[in-house]
Amino acid sequence: MKKILALAMALIMLFALCACGSQPAASSAPAANSSDNEASANPVVKIGVFEPQSGDNGAGGKQEVLGMQYANQLTPTVEIAGQVYDVELVYADNASSNDKAPTAAQTLISNGVSLVLGSYGSGVSIAAGDTFSAAGVPAIGVTCTNPQVTSDCDVYFRICFLDPFQGTVLANYAKSELKATKAYCLAKQGDDYSGGLCNYFIEAFGKENCVYEQFPEGTSDYSTYITNAQNQGCDVFFSPVSTEAAAQIIAKADTQALGMPILAGDTWDSNVILNAAKGTDVQVCVTTFYQEGADANFDAGIKAWINGDATALANNGGNDELAAVTVMGFDAYYVALEALKAAGSTDPAEVLKVLPSLNYEGVTGAIAFDEIGDALRDSAFVKECNTETGVWDFVTVAKVG
Amino acid sequence: MSLARTVLPYVISGISVGGQYALIAIGYTMVYGILRLINFAHGDVFMVAGLMMVYLVASVPLVLAIPLMIALTVLLGFAIERVAYKPLRTAPRMSVMISAIGVSYLLQNLALYITGGLNKNYPAIPWISDRITVFGMETTRVTVITPFLTIFLVAVLVWLINHTKIGMAMRAVSVDFETSQLMGIKINSVISATFIIGTFLAAVGSVLYFTNYPGVVPTSGAMPGLKAFVAAVFGGIGSIPGAVIGAFIIGICESIIKGLDTILIVNGAITEQIGLATFSDAFTFVLLIVILVFKPTGLFGEKTTDKV
Repeated sequence: MKKILALAMALIMLFALCACGSQPAASSAPAANSSDNEASANPVVKIGVFEPQSGDNGAGGKQEVLGMQYANQLTPTVEIAGQVYDVELVYADNASSNDKAPTAAQTLISNGVSLVLGSYGSGVSIAAGDTFSAAGVPAIGVTCTNPQVTSDCDVYFRICFLDPFQGTVLANYAKSELKATKAYCLAKQGDDYSGGLCNYFIEAFGKENCVYEQFPEGTSDYSTYITNAQNQGCDVFFSPVSTEAAAQIIAKADTQALGMPILAGDTWDSNVILNAAKGTDVQVCVTTFYQEGADANFDAGIKAWINGDATALANNGGNDELAAVTVMGFDAYYVALEALKAAGSTDPAEVLKVLPSLNYEGVTGAIAFDEIGDALRDSAFVKECNTETGVWDFVTVAKVG
Repeated sequence: MSLARTVLPYVISGISVGGQYALIAIGYTMVYGILRLINFAHGDVFMVAGLMMVYLVASVPLVLAIPLMIALTVLLGFAIERVAYKPLRTAPRMSVMISAIGVSYLLQNLALYITGGLNKNYPAIPWISDRITVFGMETTRVTVITPFLTIFLVAVLVWLINHTKIGMAMRAVSVDFETSQLMGIKINSVISATFIIGTFLAAVGSVLYFTNYPGVVPTSGAMPGLKAFVAAVFGGIGSIPGAVIGAFIIGICESIIKGLDTILIVNGAITEQIGLATFSDAFTFVLLIVILVFKPTGLFGEKTTDKV
């Protein structure tokens, strides 16, 4: 009797654990398009969404997916070689972790996706590159900016600018606009994105004028790094780290009166940063892909959608402030549809063939790929956080040259 | 800039971090002292306390939220012991340990499910999160309060253990489980009391910790939990003063190592960065290995006598 009871308890706990494990991924799926699919009898083409839904970059990944979900809701079908297909987004959570990324990628491939969008975060994209390559499934990076994503992988393309470009833009901005002479650079140890971006920044800013430090995974005490920057007499703080760490850095910068502007890359273009910086006297500047207001119709449409969907609103951090990654996710979805149309087939190999010659005019600008698979982009938006109102103020469009 | 002036901010932040580790470490060390069990779920209970606060503040006023959070955390600690450890009292020690690991993952996954993996912002608690200036350095009030509160709570705890009936029972149980049972000590209530005290301190620790580092994620408890465990082992697991001193040493060393490059550069000892900051975590664990090799019972560990 006791044994049966114990067995029953064990099974219940196992069930509870399984439910916990699978639920987060499932809950992010929009309810809208699944019911559409049941109603119509069209064949289905699957697009993989390879994004973090948890971990360090969970917040950013969710915002990027929002753009795809909105696009999918606007255009739920695509015509391929005269046949109308329903588009189904298949989700896989790479948990912001390089060792979980290949498994997530494999899940998508096993699901029979025609191509993959993502990921937010360069490290996971680099880690999954081999898996996509082996299966011959093309992947379109949305906001992964590290050069290695495409250079080391023949099936990876991307629609955003690269870190060498972004790092240079930021360094120029720090020198010419912020009049900085000494920079403090902080990256996360073993993180391809922040480490890479810091290196390009240092290259452009001058190595002798930079202090470069890394913090280990799981760090929660950033106060010492703030003190380091102050003690070394730096006048700009560059830390393109995950938004989770960012919120803490901003909080510490405020309580310790950092006294210098904080610069970061596209990752920080998020309401996590706005919420953290609101009401403080910390100056935060970022470079990013899209400035809200550049396309008023689009802004209004997506905001109405976000506000009308409780899950979407929660995934966007509780307000309707648009993140650039959301807009990039939106464009990526349409690039995927264009690729499917041009290929005239749902076969990944056919899609891969047409991608290099693809052209698309998106909300964030014209998208075309060079021979490595990178987007041809030459400008970035610089924004500054308005600490009183908690929104981004547009500063300038930066180009390198 | 003088040496003291550059080092001071690191020491202050180290003392504060140490105080927070200490409050968690006591939970580890007390449970170990009595049950010979390393309660791996302790760090996650700490994280759940942080999450509870986030959700409670959204629905009730702050003055109510803090006591309510502490009460619920204590209840959670009590429930974990009753559900996951008590049925295994007669099982081999290893089974209880595995059960503890199970509880740890269960809590982490539950938190992942509830938060959706997103960073939850810890509410700012007025007064203690105010900005103040100490010796010309800007910090929050909580940084200064933490060590004093920690020492006060530990003093109360030591008094409790040495001068009350339940404290005497705890000491008896930690010396010999079976014999104290024969002497009429209600072993289950003593163990429950241990878990209640341990989780209470973890709950207080979570308020201090998350006020200082205001982001709660499902893995928030893992690193502080691990460091606190190292502190407990370092000080001699089973010894309360040992855990506290170990925690302060680890907190201060970690903080100084993170800033060592800067300290050396500012004082002219070196001119180039040598990247020592990277080793702050490695240091903690090297310390653990060294202490285990040279003094397996820790700084203040009980001497093991062979029973004949």
